[in-house]
Amino acid sequence: MNTFKIGGVHPEPNKLTADRKIETLALPTQAVFPLSQHIGAPAVPCVQKGDTVRVGTRIAEPGGFMSASIHSSVSGQVAKIDSVIDASGLRKPAIFIDVEGDEWEPSIDRSDKLVLQCNRSRDEIIECIKNAGIVGMGGACFPTHVKLCPPKECTIDTLIINAVECEPYLTADHRLMLEHPDEIIIGIKIILKVLGIDRAVIGVESNKPDAISLLQSKTSMVSGIEVMPLKMKYPQGGEKQLIEAVTGRQVPPPPALPANVGCVVQNVGTVFAIYEAVMKNKPLFERIVTVTGKGLKNPCNLKVRMGTPVSQLIEYAGGMPEGTGKLISGGPMMGRPLLDETAPVVKGTSGVLMIPEADAIRREERNCIRCAKCVQACPMGLEPYLLATASERSDWECAEENWIMSCIECGCCQSTCPSRRPLLDWVRLAKNRVGGIIRARNAKK
Amino acid sequence: MSFILTAILVLGLTGLVLGLVLYVVSRKFKVEVDPRVGQIAELLPGANCGGCGFPGCAAFAEACVKSESMDGLKCSACKSEVMQQIAAITGHAVEVGVEKVAVVRCAGSCANRPSLRVYDGAPSCAAAALMNGGATGCFFGCLGCGDCVKACKFEAIKMDPETGLPVVDQDKCTACGACVKACPRMIIELRNKNKLDRRVYVSCVNKDKGPVAKKACEVGCIGCGKCVKACPFEAITLENNLAYIDFEKCRLCRKCVDECPQHTILAVNFPPKKEAAPAEPEVQEPQVEAPVQAPETSVEQKTAE
Repeated sequence: MNTFKIGGVHPEPNKLTADRKIETLALPTQAVFPLSQHIGAPAVPCVQKGDTVRVGTRIAEPGGFMSASIHSSVSGQVAKIDSVIDASGLRKPAIFIDVEGDEWEPSIDRSDKLVLQCNRSRDEIIECIKNAGIVGMGGACFPTHVKLCPPKECTIDTLIINAVECEPYLTADHRLMLEHPDEIIIGIKIILKVLGIDRAVIGVESNKPDAISLLQSKTSMVSGIEVMPLKMKYPQGGEKQLIEAVTGRQVPPPPALPANVGCVVQNVGTVFAIYEAVMKNKPLFERIVTVTGKGLKNPCNLKVRMGTPVSQLIEYAGGMPEGTGKLISGGPMMGRPLLDETAPVVKGTSGVLMIPEADAIRREERNCIRCAKCVQACPMGLEPYLLATASERSDWECAEENWIMSCIECGCCQSTCPSRRPLLDWVRLAKNRVGGIIRARNAKK
Repeated sequence: MSFILTAILVLGLTGLVLGLVLYVVSRKFKVEVDPRVGQIAELLPGANCGGCGFPGCAAFAEACVKSESMDGLKCSACKSEVMQQIAAITGHAVEVGVEKVAVVRCAGSCANRPSLRVYDGAPSCAAAALMNGGATGCFFGCLGCGDCVKACKFEAIKMDPETGLPVVDQDKCTACGACVKACPRMIIELRNKNKLDRRVYVSCVNKDKGPVAKKACEVGCIGCGKCVKACPFEAITLENNLAYIDFEKCRLCRKCVDECPQHTILAVNFPPKKEAAPAEPEVQEPQVEAPVQAPETSVEQKTAE
């Protein structure tokens, strides 16, 4: 079985919810939509206080090329446009909608019937994806329509579907593959049509044998789509790692893109959203969220409308267990701490994870002992100890020279450090600063 | 014996020739250095804090000599006498600026602003600010990791372990602005070092609406605007639910201090009220400022007492 070559770690999978069917969560009483749910410029609201909206009504337009629109997931009245504390604890502008009933936009096809035939042209499909506000559902939230228009000088030959879900605890993609395999395959065909190629590879880690066999049986009659089981290793779901695992090609350091090696990578969640947008006319306003944690009564996979407060999800799963030390949005490796339970579910919320206090505490930091475990673990071949030290000393030049911008913030270094140094925190800081310096330099040119 | 003589002769000749070469080269390629640069550099503190905008004290000294006037050239770490001495060396007139001091605009101590969470990441305010909103309910206040302490080249800022807030030693502070740049929350501000080091300022940067700010911190500005009405000199402005006292306009009358319902506005180094003896100034609100030292007498001020 294939996997990527350098680095990687093996965290405990802890997939507690792998056999829990996707349940639908009840509507919230008020839904909150932060305007910045994606990479790039924040969206611009196109509704006003007091406006009546339906499920699927566009409430914010893209604020630039690299941006995405936002749609209401509920019907009701716009209560206010104000700031909200998002998952990262920062205040961001958001649209608040008071929920009344559940009235959908009439253009949305709500039936369960599978639509097989797509008569739209390439440009129509891209426009449709753009209008539906679809972003990468793996967590990075990169606007999908941008990704589907690779630079002209690159020839794309392979579409890779990221169904790895290497992050411990999370099972949202796994359940999606088991419950909606046909939709995913139609979605893949749509993307192949957009890219004008005929080869797609679905990369799945070997810890999901049921999904692999199901997809294999479904794709056996379809030419061009291959299911590739991959050896378990974190962070296989990283775009560059997955490309290497599947094709053996290495993406050069930034500013090179996966398109430079002829690949486009899409998450299965995104593929499903593309199917719904193109075939059912349904914009992105729902997603599957894994609510999980060791002490939780009823860990589950939920189909949640965006804007629902996280507290409602936790309540459904049996309430916050006693002695919870950390509440995380996403998985344990790459997730961000949730400061406030009232933060809304956004496009990138793949999971809500509660970690008991005993597991959450970071032990006392010691000095670096130069064991180079972090160097061994880094899937990008960087030297995390060096980058962290440079960051500690505010030596941004040294950090840039040592390829800090290649860091994918997977957290392998931090999880493997025997001295418990907060390597990732330092690297994130330096990456932020160096990124700012590079942007300023480019702006001057 | 002859080999000793040969050795001495060869070495001596080599030394002589090389010495001559060195002498000629040093004469021929001599770099003219203005002696005034060295003189000025000696007057400067040599901390290379960068507060003047030049990369280090030597660069500043060179700029002083090369420049045609002293406009825009100011070593923020130097006292005004030193600047005058520098001006005397360069032969340009120098304007005596108003002396400033760093002021920490946050009073959210552990007692006033209870911790809701624990931050256990990298011990750096910048990293903490990037990660999340800090350990308390206030998303504007001091993060308490001490980036300002690390940034200070003059050891003028220390963390108070009791309050968890930085404390500025006003005698050591040179107003170079390194801490202002280091603080990711932009809490620290350079304010005028008034007569007897007296200052009145809003010790809060919270832009949240009143109820939210009040819930987060007992001494947070709630943007009620009472101080704006109370100020007879129009020195206070209210923007984004936050009052700000313009230190150029403030006449230190302290009417706003009495008016503030949250006790956010602090008056430091004033004598206690009713006692009209300003001989020994005392700190009225001791939790933020450093212990009072003998005030600078040389500070020229326009403030009316």
